Amino acid sequence: MYRQAKTGKLLIDILPDRCDFCGCCVGVCPEDAIELKEAEIFIIDQLCTNCAKCVWSCPIEVIKFNKQGVLVK
Amino acid sequence: MKKEYDIIVVGAGPAGSMAARFAAEQGVSVLMVEKDRDVGYPVRCAEAVGKEGVEEFIEPDDSWIKANINKLSFIAPNGTEAILEINQGAYVLERRIFDYELAKSASKVGVEILTRAYVNGLIFENNKVVGVKYEFRGEQKEIRSNIVIAADGVESRVGRWAGIKTYTDFRDMECCSQITVSNIQIDPSTLYLYFGKDVAPGGYFWVFPKGPDIANIGLGVNGLTGKSKSALAFLNDFMSKNYPDASILTSIAGGVPCAKTLEKISAPGIMLVGDAARQVNPLSGGGIASGMIGGSIAGRIAGESVKRKKPDYILTYDKAWYDRLGRRHIIFDNIKTGVFNFSDEKFNKIAESFNKIPHGKRTLGKLFTLALVNHPALLLDIAKVFVV
Repeated sequence: MYRQAKTGKLLIDILPDRCDFCGCCVGVCPEDAIELKEAEIFIIDQLCTNCAKCVWSCPIEVIKFNKQGVLVK
Repeated sequence: MKKEYDIIVVGAGPAGSMAARFAAEQGVSVLMVEKDRDVGYPVRCAEAVGKEGVEEFIEPDDSWIKANINKLSFIAPNGTEAILEINQGAYVLERRIFDYELAKSASKVGVEILTRAYVNGLIFENNKVVGVKYEFRGEQKEIRSNIVIAADGVESRVGRWAGIKTYTDFRDMECCSQITVSNIQIDPSTLYLYFGKDVAPGGYFWVFPKGPDIANIGLGVNGLTGKSKSALAFLNDFMSKNYPDASILTSIAGGVPCAKTLEKISAPGIMLVGDAARQVNPLSGGGIASGMIGGSIAGRIAGESVKRKKPDYILTYDKAWYDRLGRRHIIFDNIKTGVFNFSDEKFNKIAESFNKIPHGKRTLGKLFTLALVNHPALLLDIAKVFVV
């Protein structure tokens, strides 16, 4: 099953394997839509508006746009 | 562990530890919770701090001082280096030990500490915060308190749950990438700061020594720059040009909210400290000393509030912070907006003019005055910082 973007054409996807868990994206998220634990990160689908502020703010290119949609379990 | 505490501090960084310590010194019960396994690790910091800011809170100790700094070197885009000697001095820290020591100093006055406790919600009663919900080793738990102090860093989610707008505009977020490298040669008494559109547009690039052959090398760019090029990409470019053979011991990322303090840093039952309150010097991005100051003020007020049984007393924290540093940070924020928009030519000119001033007469104030000579409004701001 794929998670689809609710607004616009872009869908935001975090690549947790590459993440340093620095919290930069959480600090700029206007919707509080990113959950960050010690070594675990994910987007809360119900809250994310795909505004992309986290994509621009990620220092190490871990949050990207995904045009196909994101596979969810 | 008790069933409830007078005060719960969320986050065990420098601001959290100082909030906890200054509260406990008032004779109230304090629990400090930390989401990670360790206090002090992982580090998300370039680790430089003014001596004065640290020594207000802890005796200097070689175990956490990696370098003693007495010079700043500003490097303009064309390579012109302007050196400023700093009388008051600075340290480059080993944060993983430093944070530990601060937490220990809090525990000495009775603060209880719990790691691996991930706070994921607040408890409310009559619109007042009365405790936290947290996950501990896979179990969901709750614990109550009179006051919650949010020291949860740049994420600042605890404050949001209490209804305070804490998120930072992405244009003000300095998004940082840093590596600690060894097998290089560096003057261990100088902090190097590089400016310009090739190295770090809308921010700066740093090389901070942690000894004669080891340094923290990194940069911050704001989210606007990050739209076209990430901090990591800038860092990789710099390294392949300057230190292609360096060994990388640590590589980290981080966000620094470089804007003035949040408009509101307290509400019924809750206070915000450190990065969570945006108590960062918006110009330098330094947040260790200012976070500790914010934490100490909040902790003292929280302790007194409990002792005197006056819950509303915590709302005086906003003004106490504003008087101590908040006002200054507004001025720094204005200066930052000017400086980070400079062209490379402007940076070059500033460095060249600064080099004409004799060494003994160089001050940070003069450097900024040169930088902003064509910006009368900002010059007035500088005067407020360095003269008043």
